[in-house]
Amino acid sequence: MSTPVLDLRGLAFRYPGSQQALFGVDLHVHAGERVALLGPNGAGKTTLVLHLNGVLRAGAGTVSVSGLSVDDANLAEIRRRVGIVFQDPDDQLFMPTVRDDVAFGPANLGLRGAELEARVAMALAAVGVADLADRVPHHLSFGQRRRVAIATVLAMEPDILVLDEPTSNLDPASRRELADILRALPVTVLMVTHDLPYAAELCERSLILSGGVVVADGPTLELLADPELLASHRLELPWGFTVPTAGRG
Amino acid sequence: MGGGHAHHLQIAGDTLLHRLPAHAKIVGLVTFALAVVATPAPGWVPLGTALVIGVALVVRSGAPGRHIGRRLLVEVPFLIFAVVLPFVATGERTSIGPVTVSAPGLMASWLLVAKATSAVLAATAFSVTTTSRDIVAGLQRLRLPATLVAILSFMLRYLSVVGDEMTRMRIARESRGFRSRSVRSWGVLGRSLGSMFIRSFERGDRVHVAMLSRGWTGRLPVLDETPVAGRTWLQVLTPAALVLCVAAFLAVRP
Repeated sequence: MSTPVLDLRGLAFRYPGSQQALFGVDLHVHAGERVALLGPNGAGKTTLVLHLNGVLRAGAGTVSVSGLSVDDANLAEIRRRVGIVFQDPDDQLFMPTVRDDVAFGPANLGLRGAELEARVAMALAAVGVADLADRVPHHLSFGQRRRVAIATVLAMEPDILVLDEPTSNLDPASRRELADILRALPVTVLMVTHDLPYAAELCERSLILSGGVVVADGPTLELLADPELLASHRLELPWGFTVPTAGRG
Repeated sequence: MGGGHAHHLQIAGDTLLHRLPAHAKIVGLVTFALAVVATPAPGWVPLGTALVIGVALVVRSGAPGRHIGRRLLVEVPFLIFAVVLPFVATGERTSIGPVTVSAPGLMASWLLVAKATSAVLAATAFSVTTTSRDIVAGLQRLRLPATLVAILSFMLRYLSVVGDEMTRMRIARESRGFRSRSVRSWGVLGRSLGSMFIRSFERGDRVHVAMLSRGWTGRLPVLDETPVAGRTWLQVLTPAALVLCVAAFLAVRP
């Protein structure tokens, strides 16, 4: 099989002066996959995400991205390869205008001039917000900010897009628009969420992270069709939602 | 505040002042202010020239009069001081109609009004033709220390975010019957401010992680490095040069 885009082996981590957050996570994601990482609050999802680009370093175990191990020597390249979209777009969009924000990542990679402009235009067009380039992030709707946040990492041409709770605070229309965008993006996706219907809609494969370990890994619909598995890890389908048994629409 | 403030100050347009690069405009503004400040007393002609230049810049900015008027209000305290100065200053007395005032005070008053007004006019012309984002980028091109540039940039971006959080906290307080009517309510307001500080600190942490994730190297990248033509420098330095030339000509005139 090809080299996984993400390959985590026995990843363990303890916050200094605090309790152990991850107890040996094994996880792999291959190119072209859209994988959901499901889990209740406090399962260690965000901690795991911060290991993917070296913001946090493994206490034990290894993390590699497209065969490159996450260490100091590779940090710049790792951060180009792993594009993390954080939960609150106001944390992600820190520059005065949308254009500057989308340019921030590629400019740190050394791009300038026409090449940088082309990269910014490509990223904004990919999420359908090319007309917002000169706007101030604070004046955008929440849905628009989420899309711009995705553009900020797409501009770095990552190998994998990691989305942390992408649907939080989104209204139904923005949620659907985001799903359409994610489906259209030709990029590997790891979606960290406890929004089970969204995982069912977008990701063929899911993992359940609970208590700092991966407790299940399989086709999303199969996992969601197991009420005992979900209940034992504080996951619940919304009222009235039934897991589709046929192919996804 | 970014855009919020940008919208309050800057007026969109396509005048020469709008088109000039921000860092060149900053240099022009600072040299003009320095030239004005350096003009020795009484400086009737050079400071008169500076005032004319200030008015011309504001007119060329194309901003509506009311907008300019509001910006100029910042000078009112100085003008009040200038009006009072001739009456309270000591020294030789001189008569203006029925009123006797201090001659050195009158001269100081003229210098204050002329210098402050011409500098404020030029600064207003600058602020209505330059977005706050461009001002920060301009300071960055002028080699302002990277940390200061980053602080200014984040202030522009996050003042509205923090302002919104403060509004939400106020609404939450008032929704539970809180009214700030006396000193006794200061404790609650102090605690709100403390929690605002902690929230902002935590946000700073999250923003830092987001920056690291996109390759933060310790300084904000300079995005516009287009070289500035010699003609542009000539344009932005003209106001200061005019004032200095007039002052120098009068000084050396036999």
